[in-house]
Amino acid sequence: MKKKMSSVPFNGTPEQEAKLDAYIAEHRAEEGCLMPIMQEAQLIYGYLPKEVQIHIAEKLEIPAEEVFGVATFYSMFNLSPKGKYQISVCLGTACYVKGSREVLDKICEILDIQPGECTEDGMFSIEACRCVGACGLAPVMMVNGSDVYGRLKASEVEAIIEKYKEFEREEKEYENMG
Amino acid sequence: MKTWAELQAIKADVNAKVFAASAPGEYRVLIGLATCGIAAGAMPVYDAFKEAAAGNDKCKVGQVGCIGMCQYEPIVEVIEGGKRTTYVKMDAEKAARVYKEHILGGQVVTDYLLVENGITCNSLEDTTFYKLQKRIALRNCGIIDPENIDEYIARDGYAALHKVITEMSSEDIVNVMLDSGLRGRGGAGFPTGRKWSFAAAQQAPQKFVCCNADEGDPGAFMDRSVLEGDPHAVLEAMTIAGKAIGATQGYIYVRAEYPVAVKRLNIAIKQAKEYGLLGDNIMGTDFCFDIGIRLGAGAFVCGEETALMTSIEGKRGEPRPRPPFPAVKGLFQSPTILNNVETYANVAQIILNGAAWFSAMGTEKSKGTKVFALGGKINNTGLVEVPMGTTLRTVVEQIGGGIPNGKKFKAAQTGGPSGGCIPAEHFDVEIDYDNLIAIGSMMGSGGLIVMDEDNCMVDIAKFFLDFTVDESCGKCTPCRIGTRRLYELLEKITGGEGEMADIDELQALAAHIKDNSLCGLGQTAPNPVLSTLRYFRHEYEAHIVDKKCPSHVCRSLLTFTIDPEKCVGCTKCARNCPANAISGTVKEPHVIDHDKCVQCSVCMQNCAFGAISKD
Repeated sequence: MKKKMSSVPFNGTPEQEAKLDAYIAEHRAEEGCLMPIMQEAQLIYGYLPKEVQIHIAEKLEIPAEEVFGVATFYSMFNLSPKGKYQISVCLGTACYVKGSREVLDKICEILDIQPGECTEDGMFSIEACRCVGACGLAPVMMVNGSDVYGRLKASEVEAIIEKYKEFEREEKEYENMG
Repeated sequence: MKTWAELQAIKADVNAKVFAASAPGEYRVLIGLATCGIAAGAMPVYDAFKEAAAGNDKCKVGQVGCIGMCQYEPIVEVIEGGKRTTYVKMDAEKAARVYKEHILGGQVVTDYLLVENGITCNSLEDTTFYKLQKRIALRNCGIIDPENIDEYIARDGYAALHKVITEMSSEDIVNVMLDSGLRGRGGAGFPTGRKWSFAAAQQAPQKFVCCNADEGDPGAFMDRSVLEGDPHAVLEAMTIAGKAIGATQGYIYVRAEYPVAVKRLNIAIKQAKEYGLLGDNIMGTDFCFDIGIRLGAGAFVCGEETALMTSIEGKRGEPRPRPPFPAVKGLFQSPTILNNVETYANVAQIILNGAAWFSAMGTEKSKGTKVFALGGKINNTGLVEVPMGTTLRTVVEQIGGGIPNGKKFKAAQTGGPSGGCIPAEHFDVEIDYDNLIAIGSMMGSGGLIVMDEDNCMVDIAKFFLDFTVDESCGKCTPCRIGTRRLYELLEKITGGEGEMADIDELQALAAHIKDNSLCGLGQTAPNPVLSTLRYFRHEYEAHIVDKKCPSHVCRSLLTFTIDPEKCVGCTKCARNCPANAISGTVKEPHVIDHDKCVQCSVCMQNCAFGAISKD
């Protein structure tokens, strides 16, 4: 899978860095600690910006290309930030034979982005994911890994996306009021 | 730490208080809280029962792992006396009614029972789905609370560990595994006992026991269910393996996509350590064995053993040539054994019941049972465990309940992207390692995806190749470039540009990739192409010669036409066509211009009169 390095400016906080450094200090002596550290870093920052990868390399005294190599090898490491609402459509075999490709195509069409991309307003990102193991509910899509929509039809996705846009509008109105 | 006598006391206590037939009027309510249950909405059901039963000491509410019938989640079992009642497709409202009418009123709520083939079943045990199964690896799934070690102990948990520590030598353990005939459940089917004996024979200061829980085959979820429903079974088996080969450290490499499994494994490890069943001085002896968890990060190739170990080392998970085999030089250059979750789930039972008990099940060369994840076009999606040698027909038609909507069975895919399809002509094949290889598929980890007449086999082959192209690690050329060329050829054929020579090229390229790839991923990547070519060559030819997709899946090959008899001229199709390919006047039949049509099928979806067809 080809990955794009983000062009969004890095805006990590000192608190985030302190949290990561504490984790590195605790685990650096363990054999094979690089991946767990990168997984933790992604939890802290939401993705793995170039600056964070270099920081990890310096702390562990290994070449930055080694960190970058691991980051690009595994699909779960994100080099760009994700949308506020991360949509993932399962393209596992069970979902595929039940039509999840049509669901994915429909979402791409509605949001006008491709899998792996994020909408310009930073609201929605979409990805085609591997089997989530809920094959009995195929085809399945998830939003932010927790809202699960099963036995989906392509015709139903517009209403689902609209629901999140509605959340957003309500939140904005609420903010404007306050 | 608990002594053996204390563990026996826990066992007796839990059996008497939890598992024994309760007095009439005393209820246990169990809710299936594996990932699939939670995804289907089991948490609100659990909360509803918890809330309703608060303060009622005659009703205990508990959680269990996967009950096995994904289709019917959320599932709730109510146990009273020796009687089990299974409620399916539950929600919080239904839970309140069950509590009121069944728990308080003593009346089974028949509206929520499972209906199989028109017959209402009081409990899961009454279903054909359940009756034809033999549960060994899944014996505790759906029965015990996976977050409670006492319930595992009550079901003979850690008795096998006690037996190997007190009565058996390393050689004894290896011999039992050899005699049992257990073969690796991860796919390749290598005899587990042989693997263990190689590692046991090595002299080394440090050895490792690894568990492959990186279930990467899309459509397979048996390992997840075992980890979520019975995590101690894996811990106990790994500890036994540690004793057998002389290792003191184990690693479970589990997918990060399985958060529930990771959580329950962590709880189980903590509990086992508190009881002195894991860690230093296990059961008061000088045997020490610890287990760590390593999270995968989404790379299919890490299911390959050398790649998995490289990944645990914190590097890019690329495979390396064998030999040296991991049993000689594996993780951190030390002798290592790696088994899959389901393999481990059989180990304690084999130690307790003996090799002869296990080898009495199954076929001549494939012993025991196999768990399959049934999915795709089948009525009962779910997890089933059947003796080796059960026919595909029994699994699909009887246990799986057949194909929905009266459609016809076309093929079943086993072995995922590394396997092949089994067509209707082999519907009566007895499923075991060797029979599946003989017909061009493989056992794989146990994903079994059923396809009906609406699935195009060329499209399915393309789907799997898309997967392998994406997941090829790029280290060796035959796999990196070869799979991409295979994919391009399939794209050409499904796009209507294929020539007959492409079939020969597919075959030649596939053979080359099989022979020359470094690891199992590349060596098996062409299988979906080869097996669909073997059994569904006519579908390839239809795409190439007639420029038709017989299953109406491949878009570029579809022709949409409007039936002038049915068309009333409502103009809806013309207004909605994104390509302006439809013309006609109001109240007159419309016509599609095939040169402009982009085969998006919007017109067909919009037509209220069924006037538009595709071919």
